[in-house]
Order: sequence, then structure tokens, then C-alpha cells
Amino acid sequence: MPKDDGIGASTKRREDVRFLTGNGRYTDDINLRGQSYVHFLRSDVAHGRINGIDTATAAAMPGVLKIFTAADFAAAGGIPCGWQVTDRFGKPMQEPKHPILADGKVRHVGDPIAAVVAETYEQARDAAEAIELDIEELEPVIDMVAALAPDAPKVHDDLASNLCYDWGFVEENREAVNAAFESAAHVVSLELTNNRLVANPMEPRVAVGDYDPWGDNHTLYTTSQTPHVIRLLMGAFVLNIPEHKLRVVAPDVGGGFGSKIYHYAEEAFCTYAAKVLKRPVKWTSSRSEAFISDAHGRDHKTKIELALDGDHNFLAIRTDTYANMGAYLSTFAPSIPTWLHGTLMAGNYKTPLIYVNVKAVFTNTVPVDAYRGAGRPEATFQLERLVDKAARELGVDPVELRRKNFIKADQFPYQTPVAVVYDTGNYDATLDKMLELADYANFDARVAESKARGKLRGFGIAHYIEACGIAPSNLVGQLGARAGLYESASVRVNATGSISVYTGSHSHGQGHETTFAQVVADMIGVDATSIEIHHGDTSNTPMGMGTYGSRSLAVGGSAIVKATNKIIDKAKKIAAHLLEAAPEDIELKDGKFSVAGTDKSVDWTGVTLAAYVPHNYPLEDLEPGLEETAFYDPSNFTYPSGAYGCEIELDPETGKIDILRFIAADDFGNIVNPMIVEGQVHGGLAQGIGQALMENCVYDDQGQLLSGSFMDYAMPRADDVRGFTVDHSCITPCTHNPLGVKGCGEAGAIGSPPAVVNAAIDALHRAGHSHISHIDMPLTPSRVWAAMNS
Amino acid sequence: MHNFEFVKPSTLADAVAALGDGEAQPLSGGQTLIPSMKARLNAPGLLVSLTGIAELKGVCREGDMLVIGAATTHATVAADAAADFPGLAALAGQIGDHAVRNRGTVGGSLANNNPSACYPAAALGTGATIVTNAREIAADDYFQGMFTTALEEGEIITSIRFPIPQKAAYAKFLQPAPRFALTVVVVAQYASGVRVAVTGASEGGVFRWAEAEAALSAKFDADAIAGLSHSSDGMISDLHGTPEYRAHLVRVMTQRAVRAAL
Repeated sequence: MPKDDGIGASTKRREDVRFLTGNGRYTDDINLRGQSYVHFLRSDVAHGRINGIDTATAAAMPGVLKIFTAADFAAAGGIPCGWQVTDRFGKPMQEPKHPILADGKVRHVGDPIAAVVAETYEQARDAAEAIELDIEELEPVIDMVAALAPDAPKVHDDLASNLCYDWGFVEENREAVNAAFESAAHVVSLELTNNRLVANPMEPRVAVGDYDPWGDNHTLYTTSQTPHVIRLLMGAFVLNIPEHKLRVVAPDVGGGFGSKIYHYAEEAFCTYAAKVLKRPVKWTSSRSEAFISDAHGRDHKTKIELALDGDHNFLAIRTDTYANMGAYLSTFAPSIPTWLHGTLMAGNYKTPLIYVNVKAVFTNTVPVDAYRGAGRPEATFQLERLVDKAARELGVDPVELRRKNFIKADQFPYQTPVAVVYDTGNYDATLDKMLELADYANFDARVAESKARGKLRGFGIAHYIEACGIAPSNLVGQLGARAGLYESASVRVNATGSISVYTGSHSHGQGHETTFAQVVADMIGVDATSIEIHHGDTSNTPMGMGTYGSRSLAVGGSAIVKATNKIIDKAKKIAAHLLEAAPEDIELKDGKFSVAGTDKSVDWTGVTLAAYVPHNYPLEDLEPGLEETAFYDPSNFTYPSGAYGCEIELDPETGKIDILRFIAADDFGNIVNPMIVEGQVHGGLAQGIGQALMENCVYDDQGQLLSGSFMDYAMPRADDVRGFTVDHSCITPCTHNPLGVKGCGEAGAIGSPPAVVNAAIDALHRAGHSHISHIDMPLTPSRVWAAMNS
Repeated sequence: MHNFEFVKPSTLADAVAALGDGEAQPLSGGQTLIPSMKARLNAPGLLVSLTGIAELKGVCREGDMLVIGAATTHATVAADAAADFPGLAALAGQIGDHAVRNRGTVGGSLANNNPSACYPAAALGTGATIVTNAREIAADDYFQGMFTTALEEGEIITSIRFPIPQKAAYAKFLQPAPRFALTVVVVAQYASGVRVAVTGASEGGVFRWAEAEAALSAKFDADAIAGLSHSSDGMISDLHGTPEYRAHLVRVMTQRAVRAAL
């Protein structure tokens, strides 16, 4: 195999040439002949009854083509939810309708009320300002606990309450867990908030709807991580368009972080309006609009408790969590605080009994769904903060308390008490590696050095377990998923030997065009430059589930491996015919087929040409051509894990925290492109540190978004996130996928928040502020200073 | 953004005449006005650019004064004031980012009087004189609360006369989102005494801290104000800091400015 671009090589990202030279083709770069523009008039109140929408003046304004309201969508379905959670009592969750345009009530600031389509964007905005709304303001519910009070105003009048579900996991363990707490030698508890976040990908969302009346064909260009899922949900549930008449294209997409997984109302609107108007309809979100219309992330309120025996062995974990759903159920929202959160609550530890309770709540806020990590950061944060607090209360070393309770390397596969079975791992190894890279042994000397300068130094540790590539489909179907969770690939070998790969995964920053080509190049032994990766267009890729949950290589890559193996099997048969040998005697090495034990060989292009110009070809036994499709449905999740160490310096005068060093020792299984993996970890760490120190999505009690722009929502900048040391040399390959890979996209965002907060608490305790057991994220200077002076 | 007309006069007289139009607004660097127009929060019918008027530009020393044309960009102040008034050059060089510093102007900043801007602290902290097309206004009379100044409708700042101090420095604590000042303090020592001006902290906009001025005039040393604390009454409360925190920062940043000046 070509050493410079096969598996294990840090090949430079081929897609970066177009991205870095400004030649990416994003959805907003798509402009169609006759295109019109839509502007959505959005609610500026959190909760209100729509008594009237007078569009007469606006409709007569220059350039206006049509103004749509909910009445135009009477025949359309609501925006569907892709996961049905069953509650503790065996009942399905409460599932409200999510109309394309607000129908009867507005339920959050940003809820679209009317859509103005005009010749230009500015004309649409001008006309929107002339729409006369008669909205009767209603009392909003913003706080999750208050929303569950019996007399709380209801977000949805037709539901029994604001409770989406009350979920218990594992419900059968509830009494045993309570009993364990009653007899435990030690109980440690912690109440915390996992702060609400806005994803803020660099590219805001865009949708362009197009309609061909002669063929009755619809096309939607959209900023999506999951074009096939959008086609299925929008076609089947919202607009009633069969798949063969609906093409969804997600071209270059500038970051998603989860927020572009979901099917959004604006996509359905543009698709539908294009047919009504017989003209393309384009929507480009402004950044301000993104803050109030993109799904938000996190927003949990939790009490977690840990029971330990006299020897500090973990006996049981019990949690009570409120999870904000916002005003409507976004596509995967119900699954995040449940199956992607409760199943991770064992962490890296052999805690025998766990009970997780989650109450999902409707509020008059923007819908909340997966954001980088999705449920797993929430689980990791509470667990790793609690273990740290336990070590402090028990007076033991946080490293030793973790080690004592770790699942050990010889205990895999490990059945946790929260359903999942970890296939591999070596938690002591990653912890050792992190402590070595952090020079932890000499940390005390660095504390003294900081102290001499009037600064407080702290070191925080967090260990995490992740579950990537959620699967298998038949199991998640039982858990309420309304979609499969496989991935697809088609490998088309061309006559002269070049290879076109069509993947159901979607790249929006992950580097698939590079990594997937490396995999195929390595398997066949051809140069990666002869391989092109295609994704994002439902008209030429097999139905796939797209990219989220760090699944692309583990699931999508495995589908490519499967399809490529089918190619190799067939190519060997062709080679056998050409070499007059038995297929089982054919070996493929470095792009050459040879007969074992002989000097007879034919190269790759000799076989591919024979496949398409089958003059000398076993036509009676074998079809011509060399093109194969495979679908891969994993038998289990993959379980990346790692140890993170964060060294901070805290300015006691201002409360400001500076990250001095951040060490990430991850076990991602086998690595295809180490450079890309390192970049993924850097990005994840930046987002995790952002959550821990800066980012915060805040509503006031009337449901107005206080952090609705970059003037108040603090995104980390390069100099906020420095000093990274990333290592992925600890490898326990995944046992159930062909590449032995696990996934690396979310790890940084999962493991870093507790490491940062643990470091801050460590610094404060070392300086005598032992009354501070917790500070809620983000640890802004003001909050830290207030804690120190409370 | 709504449609608007645009003129770029080359003389002050033409600019004043153009601003006589009731729908006209002056445009200098546009770092506040343009975003507010894009957000449709402001819709002037006519923008009168002030950046084509030569007499509004440049940094020049006149005796004990540094005179800066109102339409001079932060980047130019950072470069051209460095020899005569390094404290002011340093302040200008850390406003916003490169793009902001290459467009934003000292006159625009003072006319807007954003409570989190740096220049109001520089003007008040040095006892500068704001020179307009009509008159001269002492900094002590110019700032009248956040986003409010002594400027009359249609009045244009032409230059700012900064008395050059014996020693001066500023200390800025950043609000992390836009990297505006959460609290910024300018300290300047003159033969007549020490002036201390603070922005970012108070709901009333930029203010002088008289207690600290008295203590530092007696002894120009950070320890001289170690025991002082500013009241949190009237301090800004928002996502980024409580009134108590801002009041605390006033003292900490004043001490840091003094240390930097020494």
C-alpha cells in the first residue's frame, strides 16, 4: 500500500484546498434562475395567542410574491420527532404537533409566524415589517421546575402538562439503588446545571427549494448533516412527496456540531413554497436568527448521588435530572437525556447499581437537541464532578479513587448495569499516559511558582467513556428510534481503475474525502489520489443516516470496507480468469493481483478494464462491471475513552481562569489519519472549554434571549484555548467493526468540561477556599470571584 | 438595511451643511452605526461620511497637548501617538480587533459614548478638550451618561486635545464575548494631580473616581488605594458581572493601571 496515503498516514486534508482558498460550494453559493427570497417573521414574545395576522398592506408592497401563514399549511404534517421515549410507567411521551408556521399560538421567541417571499431579500424584510400582528401575550414558562407546577401555564394547550416524559432507568433497579444508599458507609451528592449552549457553526443554516413542474420533481439544497433523513422525514411526514420525486442535497457544509442533524421548518417551507410559486425559494439565516431558530444544546439540571462502602468502592449512583426540550420536540431531542445519557452513567467505573431519573420538560424556549456529545457530556460532567467531590470529602487522592473503581483491562467485555456492554478499554493506561504527559509528579512545584506570582494553580482530572455509532438498528427500534442506524456505501470502480465512492455519511468539517479515500487506497493498494469520495446528494448516494455521534468512520467507514471487500472478491475472480488460476489462489497486494507461489500477475487496471471491456471475461459466471453497494449495521456501540488533565491558573483578584495546559490521552481504537484525529480533539476541547468557561445561553423570566448575539454569547477564541497536548497512543481496537475504530469527534467536548471545573475547584481548595464545593458553568470571572467572596 | 443616500464631503463646511438635512447622520468609522443599520435598528436617510475631510485626520503635538483629528482611526493613533503619549497609543492599539482599529475613529467613539468603550476613559482621565465645529467642550462637561454627550444635533467633533501627562496607563478587563471593556481604568498623573477615569462599570457611563484621585495625588502608588473600595450603587448588572464585581474591578484595575504607569 502507498505509505503516504493509506491507513495510519497523516495525509493532508484534500478538501482544505477549496475551503482555504474560498472555493467551497456552500448552500448559500447556490443561486438558481428565477430565485426568490423568503424572510420569516418571527415571534418576539415567548408565549402568546395569535388573534390575527393582517398581511394586506404587506402583500401589496413592492416585490412581494406571496405571504404564507399557518393556513397555507393546513394539509401539511407537523415537523416530526424521530424518537419516541416510553416513560417509567410504560406510557409514550407527550408529543405535541410542531407546525411549519405557528398555528394559533407562538411558543418561543423566534417561532416563525409568517413567511414573506419576494423578489429580493430586502423586499421580503420590508414587507414583513408591514405585517400587522394581533398577539395576546400569555405568561411564559421558562424555568423547568416551575413548568411542572400544577398551575403552570401550558406550552401546549392540548397536552396534559408540560412534562414530556418521566423516564426511569433502569426502572427495575430503583428500589435496590435506594436500599444501597440506605446502608452505604458514605454518600456524596452534588447539584449542578449543565449550561444551555448555542452551537454556532461558522456557516448559518440555508435552504433553497426548487421545483420542476414538468417532471413534478422537488429539490432541496440545505445545510444538513443528514440529507437522506431530511428526505425521509420531510417527504413522508410533512409534505407527502415520495422519495423518487424529492432530491435533497447537502453540499459543502460549514460545521454542524449536531445543530444541522434535524429537519427544520425552513426546509419544508422552501420546498413547499417553490412548488406553490413555481420559482426557487431561498432562505439564508442571519446570525441573529440562528440564535433563536437553531436547536440549542444541553440545558440539564441535575442532582447526582454516589454511595460508597467503607473501602471507597462505588456501590450505587442515583440521579434526578430535569432536561429542557424547549417549545417543540426537535428530531432527536427525546433520545438525548435518555438513551444517550442514562446508558453512559456507569462511566469508567464498576458501580453495580445505577438509577437515572429524567424529567423532560416543555418550556417557552427554542427546542433543545443534540450538541457535540449529546447526553454523554451531561453524564460525564456530573459523574466526574461527583467523583472529584467524593475524593475531596473522603480525603483521598482523586487519581487513586478513580483507579480503585475503574473497570480493569482484563474485565472486558464488561456488562454495565445501564444496559450497554463495553467491548474494550484500558482506563488505567490512558490515565497513566495523561499523568505522564502532564508531568503530574512535579505539579506541586508549579503550584508554588504560581503562588509566588500571586496566582492560584490547579489541576483537574476527568476520565470519560463515550458511546459512538449508536446501534444496532433492531435494538434502538425497541428503544423508540423511528429510524435505522446503519450506514451505506457504494464503490464504483471505473474502467481505467479510478474509484468513485458514494457514502451515506456526510462531511461538514470531518475530512471524509481524505480519510475514506485512505481506507480504500489501503485496502486495494492504489494511490488515494485515484479515489474520489462523494456525499451529500440523495440522488447519487445510497440511503444513509448521515453524520453525527462520531459515527462516520466506525459505521460509514465500515460500510465502505464491506463494499470494497465485495469489489476485491469480484476483482479476484476476474483476475483468476485472466491468469487462468483459481480465485482462492489470487492474492491482492499493492494494487497487483498475483497467483500465489508463481510470478503470474495482472495489475489493478488490467482487471478493471476487463470488467468493463469484457472481451476476455467469464460472462457465464460473472456480471460485467465493478460496482458494489453495502449497508453496515453495527452489532454494538463503540466505546472510546480517555483521561483528560487540565492545568489552570486562577487570578484571585479578578477570578479569571487561564488554561495553561490541557492534556488529552484518548483511546480511539485504531487511527486512520492521526492529524485529522488530533484536529477533531482540538475542536472538541475548544468547545468543551468554551462551555466550561465562557459559553452560556440565558433567557430572562419572560423568555427573552439575553445572550442572543456574539455581543453577549462568548465563543472561545484561539488564545482562550491553548496549551493542548493530544495523545492517542493507547489503543484497544474496537472488537466488532472491521477497522477496529471507535470515533473521535465528540470526545474533546465530553471530557473537558469536568476537567476544567475540577481544576478550578482544586486551585481554590489549595488556596484555602475549602467552602467552595462547586461552581456552575460557565466559570466566568464574576462567578468565580463571587464564590471566593461568598 | 434600509436604503439610504451617501455623501462624502471634503470640507467641514460641506459636512455641516449636509447634516442640516433632518434625516442625515454623520458616519465616521461606522463600527456602531453600520451594524445597527444592518439590524434595522437605525435607518438614516442620508449618511454624511466624515472620513474624506483632511482637517479631521492626523495626530500632532502642540506643546503639552497631543491633538488628534476626530476622524483618525484607532490604528493610526496606536502608531502615531506612541512617541508622545505611549499610554494613549497602547489604549488605542487594544480596542477591538484589527478590522475595528482600521475603521473605527476616536471621534466616532467619543460621539457614541458607549459605556464599554475605551476612549471616553482616555478623554475623561486626561481632562481632554473635545473640539467641535462650533466650540470647545471640557471632557468633564462632555460626558452626560451612557450614549449621551453634550453634542448638539448636527455638531461635529473635529479634534480632541489630550494634555500629555507625566505618567499614564490604562488597565482593561475584557468582557469575553465582544472583548469590549467589562471595566477599563485610565490613570494619568499631572503636576496638578492624578486623574482616574473608569468605563464599562457604571450605568452612568464613564466617571471619575474622586477618592482614588485624592489618594493617588497624595502618593502615586498602587498601595495608596489598596484600602479603598468603590460603591456598587449604580454599577452595571448583566450576564458578565454583578454590580459588586464591577465595583471590585474598579479598584483592582486602578491599581493595575498605576503599576503599569510606574
